[in-house]
Amino acid sequence: MSKTITIDGKIIPFEDGQTIMDAAMAAGVYIPHLCHQPEFTPHGSCKLCTVNVNGRNCTACTFPAIDGQEVLNETQELIDDRKKITQMLFVEGNHFCPSCEKTGNCQLQGVAYHLNMLDNHFPLFYPDRKVDASHTEVMIDHNRCIFCTLCVRASQQKDGKDVFAISGRGIDKHLIVNAQSGLLKDTDLNVTDHACAVCPTGAILIKRTGYQVPIGQRIYDHKQIDQVSLATEQHKHGE
Amino acid sequence: MKQFIQCIAENNQHQSTHLLKMLREIQDRYHYIPKDAIEQLSELLNIPRTQIISVVEFYSFFHLSPRGKYELLISDSITDHMLGKKNLLDYLAKILSVTVGEVREDGLVSLGNASCTGMCDQGPAGLVNGYALTRLDQPACDQIAALINQQKPLVEWPSELFQVDDNIYKSGLLLNQPYVQGAALRAMIDRGIKATLAEVDGSGLRGRGGAGFKTATKWKFCSEEPQTERYVVCNADEGEPGTFKDRVLLNSYTDQVFEGMAVCAAIIGARQGFLYLRGEYLHLHDKLERILEQRRQNGLLGTNIMGVGLDFDIEICLGAGAYICGEESALIESLEGKAGIPRNRPPYPVTQGYLGKPTVVNNVETFLAATGIAVNGGDWFASIGTEKSKGTKILSISGDCARPGIYEYPFGITVQTILNDCGAVDVLGIQVGGPSGTFISNQEFERKLAFEDLATGGSFIIFNSSRDILDMVNNFTHFFAHESCGFCTPCRVGTALLKKQLAKIVDGHGSAGDVVALEELCQLVKNHSHCGLGQTAANPILTTLERYPDLYHSRLKEISFEPGFDLDGALATARRLANRDDAGAHLAQTESEHE
Repeated sequence: MSKTITIDGKIIPFEDGQTIMDAAMAAGVYIPHLCHQPEFTPHGSCKLCTVNVNGRNCTACTFPAIDGQEVLNETQELIDDRKKITQMLFVEGNHFCPSCEKTGNCQLQGVAYHLNMLDNHFPLFYPDRKVDASHTEVMIDHNRCIFCTLCVRASQQKDGKDVFAISGRGIDKHLIVNAQSGLLKDTDLNVTDHACAVCPTGAILIKRTGYQVPIGQRIYDHKQIDQVSLATEQHKHGE
Repeated sequence: MKQFIQCIAENNQHQSTHLLKMLREIQDRYHYIPKDAIEQLSELLNIPRTQIISVVEFYSFFHLSPRGKYELLISDSITDHMLGKKNLLDYLAKILSVTVGEVREDGLVSLGNASCTGMCDQGPAGLVNGYALTRLDQPACDQIAALINQQKPLVEWPSELFQVDDNIYKSGLLLNQPYVQGAALRAMIDRGIKATLAEVDGSGLRGRGGAGFKTATKWKFCSEEPQTERYVVCNADEGEPGTFKDRVLLNSYTDQVFEGMAVCAAIIGARQGFLYLRGEYLHLHDKLERILEQRRQNGLLGTNIMGVGLDFDIEICLGAGAYICGEESALIESLEGKAGIPRNRPPYPVTQGYLGKPTVVNNVETFLAATGIAVNGGDWFASIGTEKSKGTKILSISGDCARPGIYEYPFGITVQTILNDCGAVDVLGIQVGGPSGTFISNQEFERKLAFEDLATGGSFIIFNSSRDILDMVNNFTHFFAHESCGFCTPCRVGTALLKKQLAKIVDGHGSAGDVVALEELCQLVKNHSHCGLGQTAANPILTTLERYPDLYHSRLKEISFEPGFDLDGALATARRLANRDDAGAHLAQTESEHE
């Protein structure tokens, strides 16, 4: 008998060492997430993947699956809370979708569509954040960074570098790059690095590739993020 | 500078785990962390510069830009405010000609705020270059300003300015316990290690930091881990506003605390221990080192302790201004030389703690109790207290009472008894367990301190009826936003939003829906945050909203909606650019204001 958990009553098999997210995604059950990608060490910071495990809230991407767990995923309460957490990510930065190159391909936007987010709910912070366009091929727009650390982890774990890091504390935290000047151009980042392609929002963009796919023909213009996520990540979670 | 940094790195064996220690020395010498120092350290320690920058930017006591040669910080705890902190800070700013938060033009002095410095029984308090200042008043400020302007080195400052008193008013089981150096270790050796763990188990001792996990269970789990390299950590990062008992225990019961750590080490099989001392208690550091050295001399630390083949030593690590490091996994990160960001759990520290090895983290008071239990046995401790809360609790009492200080009581004591003992009259309410605890009103004084009723890490702040509860709530809410590590969305953004939403109501801009919105936000932060900080950050609002809903509603406007957005404020930049400030350059928030 293989070990199982239930998610919203559905029986899901898992193997030792898998997280709830691994088990769910491998079985075709989508749990919203932004800071998680199956190739990298789970981080557990965005809190979108919060599920209720035997009465307690846990992040599905970090919490191990244990035989017999009863997991709640799509309760109205969790959906509402995930929407508010997404709204928090919107208001703390400067996310103006209509003028962003990433629109339609942005996972933050995709999750917001999925959760039926129709407004910001919270007051906007309008933080003063910079753009680093110093690198010839890659740019950072700090206005759109959600501190998921995917670029940090991709650079360390896939590229074997240390280009990115998160610094600061609380609401003042920010992305920094590994150069004496503090500028992206002076790092050893290469445009082909995984770190350049992993950003879920429009914070890290590759120059001279903008608008090659017209708005209206982009990923989340036609598909829900749960379909896309399962299609691209499901097999990786089974590994 | 090159040589200085080189020297620091060598003294620390180029170990990046000692990064905080090295940065403290650099900050001390240059009053900031120069870029060149970061570059050099990055090479010497073989770590990316970003790792160093992220540590510098995380801790309040490190700075990337120069602070004054004399860095003066005034404690921002609610208890300091109740003792006139604001006027004092303004006064200091005036006589020193320096703006709060900035450095004076000549670079000699900077003035700022610090989160609670743990001197609530003898405030208003502050720190000068990290050393505690107590009982500040106008004459003391005049004296300090003169000393700074004369550029007198700190060692030549009058010692009264730095005098820290214990203020023990009520001693019980632990504080009255006579102690002979080595007695607990001797008793343990005679009884046997397993039997000693059984005594700790039988004592019913639960962690004294507030969470109350059973101590013997934690030690047993750790001792059963397959990895044999294990660590003991004493959490002396007491940052909860209103608590200062560990300061007193480390000052006057030092040996007992260290001996408790050694007992724990023998039980779990650890050879190395750490005392993580909050940076605000720098004044205790040399004394603690002296006592450690004395214990080594007396064969109670080091190799072959008491001649029975036990090896164990303790290293003191200083924090650098971060409340979150009181959370055990954040503390471990900090010990490893990193920013204090709480880890994902599981794994718990007992399985994977310091450097991934099994680690026991306990509060100062827990180790003190363990020493007593090792000497006297479990029954000695378990005979006192309540069914689920054995033994005594040491309280830090501050705020509106005649005798603020340290009080030890058996668990199960009523709040009223405590108030009578410390001389508190006309009491409005009490913050039990600090901002992360509960506010109780004067209708609840028959409640008992115990894990079954009012759990507490020891902070007990009394407010009399002249105090404004919302001032207190505001202070605490700002505190949590300031101390949030920023790792998870609900706490990072949520605590900042709580600050805004509370201000909207307190400042009289709230409308009917705003209290509901505030409560919703509180629940979100509480239910979804990554660690205890976020999970309790909304407690000041939630516990007072539950007891005094009218207080919040009385601040609301009589209209159905009031924008949180300040229309006129948003035009400030435009006014500055246009260089005008006439009536036409201002916009009213609502139509009625136009008339």
